[in-house]
Formats: sequence, structure tokens, C-alpha cells
Amino acid sequence: MRKIRVLVAKVGLDGHDRGAKVIARAFRDAGMEVVYTGIRQTPEQVVAAAIQEDVDVVGLSSLSGAHEHLFPRVAKLVKKQMGDKVLIVGGGIIPEEDIPALKEAGITAVFGPGTSLKEIIDFIKANVDVGQAD
Amino acid sequence: MLKEEAMQAISVAKEKWEREKLQKTLSKQPERHPDFMTVSGYPVERLYTPADIRYLDYLEDIGFPGEYPFTRGVQPTMYRGRLWTMRQYAGFGTAVESNQRYKYLLSQGQTGLSVAFDLPTQIGYDSDHPMAEGEVGKVGVAISSLADMEVLFDGIPLDKVSTSMTINATAAVLLCMYMAVAEKQGVAWKDLRGTIQNDILKEYAARGTYIFPPGPSMRLVTDIFAFCSRELPEWNTISISGYHMREAGATAAQEIAFTLADGIAYVDAGLKAGLQVDNFAPRLAFFFACHNDFLEEIAKFRAARRLWAKIMKERFGARDPRSMMLRFHTQTAGCTLTAQQPLNNIIRVALQALAAVLGGTQSLHTNSFDEALALPTEEAVRIALRTQQVIAYESGVAETIDPLAGSYYIEAMTNRLEKEAADYIKKIDDLGGSVKAIEQGYLQKEIQDSSYRYQKDIESGRRIVVGVNKFQIQEKSQPKILRVDPAVGEAQIQRLKELRAQRDNRAVQESLAKLRQVAVSEDNLMPVIYQAVKTYATLGEICDVLRDVFGEYRPVEIV
Repeated sequence: MRKIRVLVAKVGLDGHDRGAKVIARAFRDAGMEVVYTGIRQTPEQVVAAAIQEDVDVVGLSSLSGAHEHLFPRVAKLVKKQMGDKVLIVGGGIIPEEDIPALKEAGITAVFGPGTSLKEIIDFIKANVDVGQAD
Repeated sequence: MLKEEAMQAISVAKEKWEREKLQKTLSKQPERHPDFMTVSGYPVERLYTPADIRYLDYLEDIGFPGEYPFTRGVQPTMYRGRLWTMRQYAGFGTAVESNQRYKYLLSQGQTGLSVAFDLPTQIGYDSDHPMAEGEVGKVGVAISSLADMEVLFDGIPLDKVSTSMTINATAAVLLCMYMAVAEKQGVAWKDLRGTIQNDILKEYAARGTYIFPPGPSMRLVTDIFAFCSRELPEWNTISISGYHMREAGATAAQEIAFTLADGIAYVDAGLKAGLQVDNFAPRLAFFFACHNDFLEEIAKFRAARRLWAKIMKERFGARDPRSMMLRFHTQTAGCTLTAQQPLNNIIRVALQALAAVLGGTQSLHTNSFDEALALPTEEAVRIALRTQQVIAYESGVAETIDPLAGSYYIEAMTNRLEKEAADYIKKIDDLGGSVKAIEQGYLQKEIQDSSYRYQKDIESGRRIVVGVNKFQIQEKSQPKILRVDPAVGEAQIQRLKELRAQRDNRAVQESLAKLRQVAVSEDNLMPVIYQAVKTYATLGEICDVLRDVFGEYRPVEIV
């Protein structure tokens, strides 16, 4: 079985990247291949990186309140350019009441503050099918 | 008895106590852990005695408040003279909404303003820039031109309040807008009191709102130093910030070290720009976090004060005692707030605020209990402010100076933190100073390693976060949160459109051309930025000229 490939992306102008970096490292320690975009990415840049790295998962982070606007845009572009096979998840400061709309837009799961790394890793492993060795 | 002999007697007695008393207890009931550590991961001993601080010289290392090395505080009377400034960081939506929040906070007994700007304003984009989409008014107030700034401070007399502005890459522009509002109110610049954060180095290291590369960014910083030393003598020209590095995961020692190393870089830059150390160093201010480890944090503030005093005196040869005083603002640590059982955060904030006061802070922001969920509601902000007022007026801790001095543990930890921070500063010096160390990713890597270790300790259960990895409950829905009106972005775009139609566009273009001329020269940028602001040139227009001349910073990401 090949490794799960993940893009961890900071979308928008938000510079809070402690969580994104911790999660990127945890994914790597869990045996995944991880690319981190760095901060201040546009949805277009995120999708371009996802295509270039041929990832299975796009993990989005925002703590600035721009998630409502930016996460659905990334999801739409990913679906359009990469199809439905890519799992999209998000995290950050995201009010509970915003989650249904994000799920509707194609963000499969939203992980809030206090979520354990294990829970996120387990979720990804359960929801990504990397199939047989390639 | 001679001191040496007394210490020897204590050590001998302690060994006896360990052998005879302690072992008996331990054999019946072992301690909770094989070893104990601070929040920063530093080992904590079972018991501290005078022997742990035997080399401490009271007059030399601790001294008196208001005197070198300022371990006990920067003023001779501390809170007996005047309480710390209660300063809640606030701002969201449009200038009108934020103006109302400021007036509310002032009416509730807050004693200084602290302005939060939205991310486009911090990164030099107007509200109608494509990069600003979805971000306008979200984490702070949107300010695109002097017209917005006039609304923000409407009805607030600038000679009566002190205003702190969390603004860095665009600090020069926002300060010029503030000066222009003062002029309109008839307030002389020399009477303006407040602070701009203006600390670009920690933006590269942790916070992320940089625009230009380090070279021109440092020039903007020193242009502000030089300009303010002449024109705004009461203004704190920089708030050298450890807060964001701590929030990004740094330990207490790293927070002191990286902050003071940045401070050294700013002093070096000021000297290189031809300034005299005692002309600008008295206006340098600092900003720290206050994390959960109550005693470690108190020691941290004391250690930082002593170390900075030594650096300024010994390394830079400062003569004016004010150059050696580390005056600082504190904010309780946002990263300790939990989304789970959020009311528990009120307790966390109260303990952190108490530590900041016992550590001798000059001003304080207490976080609101709902900030792991969203921007704070008015009620949550009021409780946070009341927390400070209870400490100030009811707890009794403000009635005497530095009350924990002389505690064996506090003094031993003050020594330990000072040493650990000094060792880090030495490493940074060896890398060529803070700017070089940041360009090489050294600070970032150290901070990341610490934050990952911290998170893994939470995962393993070695570190307990109440309500998160222990004492969880099944929670009902989240409390009511503050939402920024989505129409804010639209309203701002409309305002900008009208502004651009109504102002004298020729004057704007002329001022921007002048700005470009000065940007390519070595002259001070402040006067031309001020002129541009006065013509209602927008923040984005001004920053675009500077982007064009200076270029933009591209970070290297290491994970």
C-alpha cells in the first residue's frame, strides 16, 4: 500500500500556523507524505499545489473567520479539477453553526480546537483509500 | 554564622530530612509522577531552600524597584502609585462599530485603548483588494484610509487616552493616520500617548503579517524611531513582542530570549541609522504572554527585566536608566483557552492575569472566555475586564511591590530563566543576530519543536488540559457568539468607491510620486507618508508604491 499524500494549506491572510504545522508533523509521524503550503494562499494556489503534489487529502486551516468564504471555494475548485476522490477537511476557529454549510460545500470533516491528533489521523486513514501498491 | 556555613548547614539538614522523613513517606506513597516539570518542560524540584539561591546577591541581582537591574519592577512605587493600565484589545467590523465598542469599554472603567485591525489593513491591502475577500472586518477593524480612522476615533479625545495599535508592516501608515486625526482634533503630537507594535521581526518568526523583506522593513522601523524621537516624544515606537512566539509554541525561556534578541536587533538598527542609544531606547516597550504556569510566568517577567537591563547597560553602554527599563504589556495566553467547557477559561485567565500583576506588568489584556470559539461578545469582554478589576481592587496583591521576591523557588527560577535565555541569545549572536537567525529559520524551528512536544504531551496524557483530555463532559451547544456582519465588506467597498470619487486625485498622485522618490532614497519616509495620508491616499495605494520599490518577502517553509 502506498503512503497517503496530504496537502496542509493555510488559506486567506491568516498567519496562525501553529496548528497547521503541528498537524503536518503528526501526519508525517503517522506515515503520510505531507506538503505544507505556508501561509497566505489563495484557493487557486491551494488547488494548484494539490494537483502538482497529486494528493489524496487537502487539509485547510483558518483562524481568522474567513473559512465561510474560502473553504467552499477551495472545495469547488478541487472537485472541478481533481474530481471527487480527494478528501477535504478543515480546522481552526470555526463556530459550530457554520459546520453544516461547510459540509454541504464538500468539506467532509471540520476539526475544532482541542481535537486530538489521533482522532484526525484515524479519520483520514478511515476515509482515504490508497488501494494496492502502485 | 557566615553565609557559607549557614548554607552548608541547610544542605546537611535537607539531606537528613530526605533520608529520615521523606523516604519514609515515599516508601508508603510514591509521588504522582517520577518527575515534575513546568509548562515549558523544565524540571521542577520537590523543594527549594536558601541553598538554591546561595549565590544571589540582593543588592546586585535584585535591588530596589525603579533601580537597576529592575528585577523588582520599573517604578519606585509600582501599583501603589498607579495601577497597571487595563487595556482590552478590541476591534471588528467597520470603524463605526469599533468606535462604539471603545466608548463602551471606556465607560466601563477601561483606562487605555487597544486597536485590533483586520488582516487586510495589517498586510497593506484596501478592503476592495481581491486578497481581502472574506477577511474584511473579521479579526479587527477595517481601515483603508484616513476617512476610516476619523470615524474610528470620533468623539474620543486623543490627548486624554493612550492608544495601543497592533500594527506592524503598515505601522508607519496607521501612525500617520492617527497623527492626522490628532491634528484635526487640535491635539499636539507631543501630547499623544500610546504604542504601535511595529515589531516586524516577530512577524517573520511567528505572526505572519509581513509585507517587505527584512532590509526595508527595518528601515521603516528606524525611520519611525527617528521621527518620533523628534515629534512624538511620549509615543512608544515599538512593542517588541514575545507574545506571538509564545502563542506559536515557544517556551518561557525562548519567549524571553527571542524577544530580547529582536530587541538587540532593533537597537543595533537604530545605532546603525545614526541614532544615539539614549535618544530612542527609553521609548522601546515590550509585550509578553502570560501562560498557565503561575510561578514560572512570574519568574519569567522578573528574569526578562534583569536581563534587558544588563544588555542595555553592558552591551550598548546606555546611560539613561530609562533605556534599561523593560516596560511591558501582557496578554493572557490565547492558546490556553479551550473550546470545551468555555466558562473554565474565566478561571485560567484570572490565574494568568494574577501572575502578570505579580510579575509587574505595566498594562494588561485579559482574554475573554469565548475566544476559542469566535471574537468575544460584549458580556465576555466585560467579565475579562472585571477580572482585572477584582485583582486590582479586591485581592490585595497591588498593595506592596513584587511580593514574591525572596521566595526560594521564584528566585531560583528567575536565575534559571535568565541564564537559559542568555544562552539562547548567545546562539542567536553566533548565527549573526536575530535577522539572520530568522532568515535561516532558526527561531521558527525552535518554536515548532517546542509546540510539537507540547502537543504530544497532551496526546499522551502527560499534560492535562481540564475539560479536553480529562474531565470531559457531554456538552450541549456552544454559547452565543459574536458574528461580524457579512455586509461589512460590501459597505467598506462602497465607502472606498465614494472616497476615490470625492478626493483630490491629483494631490493623491503627487503625494504618491513623492513617496516613491523618498522610498528609493535614504531619507526618512514618515513625512511623505504623512502627506500622502492627508490627501486621503489609501493604505493600499501607499503600500503598493512601497511594494514596488522594496519588493515582497517570500518565506522559506520548513516543517
